Amino acid sequence: MARLTHKTYPLATGFHGSSRPTPSPELMAKYGYADFKPFSNSADHSDAALLEIAQSIRRDIIRELVEAKSGHSGGPLGSADIFATLYFGGFMRYDVNNPWWEGRDRFVLSAGHMCPVLYATLANAGFFPKSELLTLRKFNSRLQGHPGRDMGLPGIESSTGSLGQGLGIAVGMALADKLVDKNDRRVFSLTGDGEISEGEIWEAAMIAAHWELDNLCMIVDRNNCQIDGRTEDVMKLNPVGDKFKAFNFHVIECNGNSIAELRHAFAEAREVKGRPTCIVAETYMGRGVSFMEDDYRWHGKPPTPEQAEVALTELV
Amino acid sequence: MSVTAVKESSMVNTASTNGQMPRYEMHGKKATRFGFGEGLVVLGERYDNVVALGGDITGSVMTSYFKEKFPDRFFSMGITEATATLVATGLALSGHIPFFATYGAFASCRNTDMIRISMAYNDANVKIGGGHAGISVGEDGATHQALEEIAIIRVMPNMTLVVPCDFNEAKKATIAVGEYYGPCYIRFGRSDVPSFTHEDTPFEIGKAQTFKDGNDAAVIACGPMVWEALVAAYELEAEGINVRVLNMATIKPLDRAAIVKAASECGAIVTAEEHQITAGLGGAVAEVLAQEHPAPVEFIGVKDTFGGSGKPDELMEFFGLTSKDVKAAVKRAIARKR
Repeated sequence: MARLTHKTYPLATGFHGSSRPTPSPELMAKYGYADFKPFSNSADHSDAALLEIAQSIRRDIIRELVEAKSGHSGGPLGSADIFATLYFGGFMRYDVNNPWWEGRDRFVLSAGHMCPVLYATLANAGFFPKSELLTLRKFNSRLQGHPGRDMGLPGIESSTGSLGQGLGIAVGMALADKLVDKNDRRVFSLTGDGEISEGEIWEAAMIAAHWELDNLCMIVDRNNCQIDGRTEDVMKLNPVGDKFKAFNFHVIECNGNSIAELRHAFAEAREVKGRPTCIVAETYMGRGVSFMEDDYRWHGKPPTPEQAEVALTELV
Repeated sequence: MSVTAVKESSMVNTASTNGQMPRYEMHGKKATRFGFGEGLVVLGERYDNVVALGGDITGSVMTSYFKEKFPDRFFSMGITEATATLVATGLALSGHIPFFATYGAFASCRNTDMIRISMAYNDANVKIGGGHAGISVGEDGATHQALEEIAIIRVMPNMTLVVPCDFNEAKKATIAVGEYYGPCYIRFGRSDVPSFTHEDTPFEIGKAQTFKDGNDAAVIACGPMVWEALVAAYELEAEGINVRVLNMATIKPLDRAAIVKAASECGAIVTAEEHQITAGLGGAVAEVLAQEHPAPVEFIGVKDTFGGSGKPDELMEFFGLTSKDVKAAVKRAIARKR
């Protein structure tokens, strides 16, 4: 029987064709981006090496945001260790030279507003030049304020930004891989913790467990902060892990700012059979920048140039 | 229920109104949802990457045909319309052609955010089937009588929206929608409605079909109102009024040229839909005419009210959605011509 296929990758329409913003040579020189060599993805990296990559991601988040003059600082900085471990610790299969390779594992950022960390991760892996990070949120940039698949940025699997939706899309991808195409691809999705008050998260969780999608690994960035305050004040979420257990997930609770613990968690998730995994990663919002750490007021704002300089000296 | 080829085409078109255009006759009654169900099976037979998601009411929106025939490509989503739309998006982003059908009230209204951000903005090749369209749902009442889908779907970039007029067209439209790239919504109904098109009646996404010629006024209709428009037009012929009937099965992309041509050649327009007039087919036609060819327009549709329980026929009459209402609207439109 025939398969009806259409060319769906890469999508690169944007809204004004191919004219993209370009950063100034001075900025490129200031941040040393011209000489950057992408990090490799390997299970052989030491914890220290992965931490170094996480710090590199954090520095890039600060640079993206200070140049954009808007965007989210706290969640991206807090989750950088998760991204470093997942993308560089040998847990995800991808090919930066062939980003839409059919055998790739996929990542869907359900918390779309956290895209600065995803963009920084992809640039550190070599999906696109680091210089492009400095175009975040600018007119016709491929780095939209929330991920837009129409921009065709390598590594962006889906548009996301309306909270609660990305996990359902990841469930659809995992269903396609496991039950329709019957391949061994894996699907990862990260949600914020505040985000899980959205009902679609629980619908998606129910569906993932019903279809025994053991190729799905979701990560809850449990930093206890959301834009209006502490999560337990805005809407009680605890016990997060028990809730997913009750939905028949394999739940792993770990320190989401510990490379070693994250490695164990992702390694364990890979071995789980018959049910999806939820890693509840306890993190500190704004991790690594002293004046942002564990402070919900840094959910949705960028550093000033002065604050960025301090942050960059701390993130070594 | 068995899935059999549609035989109606053997029932030849009979009399001709003017020697050019066949005269459409009713050859039985069948709900458009059965055309959707059968069309989906045809797609399943043609392509192994067509998959379907169930929203519990598969026997009502006829995804049950596909489920019986292709159980390995059918996935139950429970009663989770919103997330089923997201799962469908994930399947589409994996190269599949997922169909998800439920009642239009939920497929469009509950799913608006999912359709906007995940399906349309992603340009994901998802096909949504919205059943129980309009007040002809009958006894279930207002909650289940979808009157807003045209308004909701046509405002979304990248979306394609098809509203077939009878069983045969629903089947053809479903197949066409499956073979066409992009996020699509197909609207179909619960109750039996006249079947009058044939297997060989042309259908093309984005093209209006002229079902009757005439130059005194044009009725632009979609869904079951196309039949009501034809009945009205044939009756008006006896009064010496020649009415053109356009089947506007695709609401988006809209066949603007056919609308402008109708306005310039007929000088008066009536729109007819089993949907809210506001932002529906009537609204869409008025937008085109206001910009390109102003002409008097009369609107047949639901006038900013909810539906209610009752027999389909008595509801259609109460809400002014019969051939009699179309006839009166045509006369009003003609009277407004300068």
